[in-house]
Amino acid sequence: MIELSHVTKSFNVGKSNQFTAVDDVSLAIEPGKLTILKGPSGSGKTTLLSLIGCMSRPSSGRIRLRGVRTAFLTTEEREGGFDISSLPERFLTEIRRTTFGFIFQQFNLIRGISALENVMLPAYPTLESHAAFQARAKELLRLFDISRHAASRVEWLSGGELQRVAIARALINDPAVIIADEPTAHLDSKLSREFMEIVATFKAQGKTVLIASHDPIAYDSQLADRVVEMRDGRTTADRPEP
Amino acid sequence: MIISLNRHRNIIDFALSSLMRRKMKNFSLLAVYTLIVFVIASLLFFVHALKREAALVLADSPDMVVQRLMAGRQDLIPAAYAEKIRSIPGVSTVTPRLWGYYYDPIFGANYTLMVPAKPTIEPGSILVGAEVSRNQRVGVGDMVAFRTSAHTPLLLTVKGIYPAASNLVAADLIIMSAADFQAMFNFPETLATDLAVTVANPREQATIAAKVVEALPDARPILKSEILRTYDSIFDWRGGMMVVILSAAVLSFVIFAWDKATGLSAEERREIGILKSIGWETADVLFLKFWEGIAISLSAFLLGGILAYGHVFFFSATLFEHALKGWAVLYPRFRLVPAVDGFHLTVLFFLTVLPYTAATIVPAWLAATTDPDAAMRS
Amino acid sequence: MRKSDQFLFFTAFIGILFVLMLLSSRLGQEAANAGLRERARLARELMLTDLCLFTEARYTRHPSMADLHSAFQDHPFSLEHFPSGSFISPPARYER
Repeated sequence: MIELSHVTKSFNVGKSNQFTAVDDVSLAIEPGKLTILKGPSGSGKTTLLSLIGCMSRPSSGRIRLRGVRTAFLTTEEREGGFDISSLPERFLTEIRRTTFGFIFQQFNLIRGISALENVMLPAYPTLESHAAFQARAKELLRLFDISRHAASRVEWLSGGELQRVAIARALINDPAVIIADEPTAHLDSKLSREFMEIVATFKAQGKTVLIASHDPIAYDSQLADRVVEMRDGRTTADRPEP
Repeated sequence: MIISLNRHRNIIDFALSSLMRRKMKNFSLLAVYTLIVFVIASLLFFVHALKREAALVLADSPDMVVQRLMAGRQDLIPAAYAEKIRSIPGVSTVTPRLWGYYYDPIFGANYTLMVPAKPTIEPGSILVGAEVSRNQRVGVGDMVAFRTSAHTPLLLTVKGIYPAASNLVAADLIIMSAADFQAMFNFPETLATDLAVTVANPREQATIAAKVVEALPDARPILKSEILRTYDSIFDWRGGMMVVILSAAVLSFVIFAWDKATGLSAEERREIGILKSIGWETADVLFLKFWEGIAISLSAFLLGGILAYGHVFFFSATLFEHALKGWAVLYPRFRLVPAVDGFHLTVLFFLTVLPYTAATIVPAWLAATTDPDAAMRS
Repeated sequence: MRKSDQFLFFTAFIGILFVLMLLSSRLGQEAANAGLRERARLARELMLTDLCLFTEARYTRHPSMADLHSAFQDHPFSLEHFPSGSFISPPARYER
């Protein structure tokens, strides 16, 4: 459960080029549901995702997480939820690593190293044994039918393969929440539909999924539990799916 | 402990994968770096071993050598000087030394001719250093033809050859009797090359040297401590060639460390952003860079050190031979006794491994403190 | 084998080699002491004052016996023309 109350994010505060990317957004994201942020580019979707994903702190407002597994909180604190805007960087990093899986618009894979290693990267700073997460990474690659590319450098892969590597990487630490920013932007319609099928499996596993997109294949999908429309940093309409 | 070791192993895995991406660049970097360490370490080992050898071997050289100066140059010293010095209290013995140089016009080599203090060799025969026997191609029992200063030939028989192990002191020596020496150079019997003086109390050396100068104003005493000091300052790091080699090595190192320190490419910045966005802490990114730096610099230090050791002590510093040999025809080949100064190695470690690793970490540290959402916005 | 293990093994290997090298230099000294004593004996008996390192010039064959201004053997402004002259420093200055 993620709660945003009156969240605002401004850049270049106090300078002539100050602008507000997210303006007074209040939102509750239900666990186990697929929420889609819909809106044109520049509407603040990506900034909102980065706020929810603990990558940056809001300029004002609060973001509360509930039911998150972290090493540094007691059970009661976890259940009661906590405000991420006040946590130190180190804790944010840990939350990011354990709770969120990110699928970026540009995939953000590291060039020059193998697909398998790219998938394993988020697990490297954890205390888990190498053999365990390597096995999991191989399993994920098998699941997405790209095992044959495990040892290939990522720049040799096609767009669809790249995305599947990126998805596998998002899943390596078994996160509760998947955040995807314009996941279908670089895919054709067929691959985009395949992506939505993968999202369906996330839902089936009970994961919370949050997608920012202006692609109808994504936001008109039957899978979407809720579509939040954004424009100029504000949520304009909230259309719950029947 | 084990768990955090696991984490470091993971990070090392990625650091190596990351280095292997630019295989050519990083291997050539490692090679250049190893070469620099190799050259500097070779020099340090070589110089240290030589200094040690000099200190031990020359500990038994004469307490004092008295020369006579004439017109600013060393001249032959009259036997009467020996008497005067012997009468100074505290002096135990004064031995005239007969020695000089002989240039062999056929082989083009310079030899050092020497007459032993105790007449251990009879006229007509000589003892030669290993390099002399090699150079002249003579063995025991062979005759060697010398040209006297009157341009008449003098035939002497080789009675013995010093073993190659003595090369560091005796490579170019020809030991002959006083009679042959005097015949060879038309050397007056009343003169000597210089005087070797032994002093009863080593602490009185300087006082006695002062008395020698007082009694014989044209004498120049050279104390044993000065001889030892000469060898201590020989191959000093300030010495000409040393400075050239060292500064070249250090400069080239500074250039590429600078290149690294300033050149964090856009690609590397992007990667740091990605790592942070997928949950790497700033510390993890710094450890990554630390291991990248260590993988290159520690390997280079250890490899360079080992290679230098082999080069200096097993291959007699062959790479330096040409520089050391100069124009000389006769070059003493010697195997140095292995001696490594821990202090030198420590300094070398701090001069090579640390700056390089720091140069790798610092720019990454500047980049790693940026917000992780930079990766998202790109 | 993992890359990190390969690296750690390799580093451990050359590290041990490095330490062995330091140890062998100690052992080598023990073994070489006989030769060293022989050279010291020769130096004592022949009353030698210098090591035989360079044979190209007087002031580099016997640096400690060299003339006072031996770096400029022939003329105060003459250029050094023996390579060995650039390796060694001028004779030690007097303590007196």
